[in-house]
Amino acid sequence: MSTQLLLDGVNRSFDGFKAINDLSLAVEKGELRAIIGPNGAGKTTMMDIITGKTRPDTGRVMWNQSVDLTRTDEAGSARLGIGRKFQKPTVFETQTVEDNIALALKEDRSVWATLFHRRSAEDTRRIGELLELVKLSHVAGWMAGDLSHGQKQWLEIGMLLAQDPELLLVDEPAAGMTDAETMRTAELLRQIAGRHTVIVVEHDMDFVRALDCRVTVLHQGHVLAEGSLDHVSANEQVIEVYLGR
Amino acid sequence: MLNLVDRRMGIFLAGLFLLTVAIPVGNLAMAGQPVPSYIVALLGKYLCYALLAVALDLVWGYCGILSLGHGAFFALGGYAMGMHLMREIGARGVYANPVLPDFMVFLNWDSLPWYWLGFDMFGFALAMALLVPGLLAFVFGWFAFRSRVTGVYLSIITQAMTYALMLAFFRNEMGFGGYNGLTDFKDVLGFSLQADSTRAGLFVLSALALAAGLLVSKAITSSKLGKVLIAIRDAESRTRFIGYRVEEYKLFVFVVSAMMAGLAGALYVPQVGIINPGEFSPANSIGIVIWVALGGRGTLVGAAMGAIIVGIAQTLFTSWFPELWLFALGGLFVFVTIFLPDGVLGLIESRLGRKAGPGAAAKEASA
Ligand SMILES: Nc1ncnc2c1ncn2[C@@H]1O[C@H](COP(=O)(O)OP(=O)(O)OP(=O)(O)O)[C@@H](O)[C@H]1O
Ligand SMILES: [Mg+2]
Repeated sequence: MSTQLLLDGVNRSFDGFKAINDLSLAVEKGELRAIIGPNGAGKTTMMDIITGKTRPDTGRVMWNQSVDLTRTDEAGSARLGIGRKFQKPTVFETQTVEDNIALALKEDRSVWATLFHRRSAEDTRRIGELLELVKLSHVAGWMAGDLSHGQKQWLEIGMLLAQDPELLLVDEPAAGMTDAETMRTAELLRQIAGRHTVIVVEHDMDFVRALDCRVTVLHQGHVLAEGSLDHVSANEQVIEVYLGR
Repeated sequence: MLNLVDRRMGIFLAGLFLLTVAIPVGNLAMAGQPVPSYIVALLGKYLCYALLAVALDLVWGYCGILSLGHGAFFALGGYAMGMHLMREIGARGVYANPVLPDFMVFLNWDSLPWYWLGFDMFGFALAMALLVPGLLAFVFGWFAFRSRVTGVYLSIITQAMTYALMLAFFRNEMGFGGYNGLTDFKDVLGFSLQADSTRAGLFVLSALALAAGLLVSKAITSSKLGKVLIAIRDAESRTRFIGYRVEEYKLFVFVVSAMMAGLAGALYVPQVGIINPGEFSPANSIGIVIWVALGGRGTLVGAAMGAIIVGIAQTLFTSWFPELWLFALGGLFVFVTIFLPDGVLGLIESRLGRKAGPGAAAKEASA
């Protein structure tokens, strides 16, 4: 196995507050990894650093052991194959559900290619398939802004899959979903893993258990514990700062 | 091509076509001249404003770039055409200099500055009317969009841009006629600018340019690129994370829009007979925003309507109560912003049972 993503001694402060503190983390290709930790632990900031939205003060972030992610911007990281779902679902509200997926499809992103783009039969098939997968076929023609919170989450997951990224960064996907939907999301992510590398941040412990994968506990911008869910749940410090509350 | 003409566009273009036929016929071919010549010139001017409004709507309505400096692109296009018309005067000027325009003779210049060369050729001047605004937009956008200047800050620097150009063009040493600008034009391509037939011809050309501008904009906005523009307008950061280089898209649409504004300026100048630095004034650029907001932002056709409506209102109002016009315009703007968020077009279409506005436009496209 080879390392897909490596964070090595990463630090980042905001006005003197250390949001990320000597963070080191390695994720293998095809791995499914859950990240848990209390509010403000730095989970979202970590994703900002991986996707080039935030630059670390010090430390290395390596992609496929070859590309330095601290030098790419958001579009650059997306083009390398890193897809991201935001904590707060963000979809293109004034465009249809179908167009949201179409915009995310893995295709040439240059201005000219986009200007002269014609939707192929293959595109239409892909869009239909993805809408089916995230159960939004019946609302394909709706404005994305008219969807419920849970449906927006699904749409964003659909957009993420449409990009066909090597690595999926998924920030709190289950927020606003029903229990059944939450379990379906966990199931979906498990299916995707293997062919894609997946990093999921989530507070919902039932969801994390359903993922049945290696768990990293983040606290004050640093890795507190790592291992199976049972292993980390038995850790005294983890119980104290997170689970015990 | 045909799918670019939805109902809204079809009705507008049909109306424009009727006008384009009726006005010249009424002016040139009917006994008693039911359409006086000044009306032809006035309507031609409004059509140029309408094209300018469409250009602004393309960047503001669809990509969220609120440019408060579009008047600069219009004025530059106007100056390019004005320079050609000046050179066309030739030895018929007051000082009868075959090469130098009067104002240069007056300043005791003995030869044409290099940047006036080539403007004796109509084709060159027309190309410059597109390229100079396009180049300015490219350089400006290159820096602004790459450094991610957005929102109010972007609006302010576009305003600063047009203001700086206005001050520069006021200076005699710049070689563009200073305060007085360029005027006293005689003819274009051998046709006298005083002749009714020339004026009618310019009117028809303006209508054609407006139709072309609308169709080009419609083609852009209904392509996948248009969807990316709307995505940028609504959720810029999300668009980046999907892998689109937002700055490249903004640059593209900003340059296209600037060139369209330049063309509008080039058609405007022969019809009004003058171009001076006042065209760069920040208030003009703000006026364009008002036209678009009033007509209906993000609808193209609405923007064109807004420009025409305000143009007509201004002409009527300034002949009745000249000193009150700016108050009326301001009041109208406030009224529209509060009560008609989708503009006049939105009002008309909702009365007819259809919704307008950016959202509805997308809905319509997918239906
Ligand atoms: N751009 C920023 N400017 C200032 N402070 C920031 C910025 N981004 C993050 N922070 C701070 O860094 C800390 C970590 O935030 P982060 O959003 O990464 O936490 P999180 O683990 O995702 O929490 P949650 O579970 O609530 O989503 C917080 O205290 C936050 O206020
Ligand atoms: Mg977070």
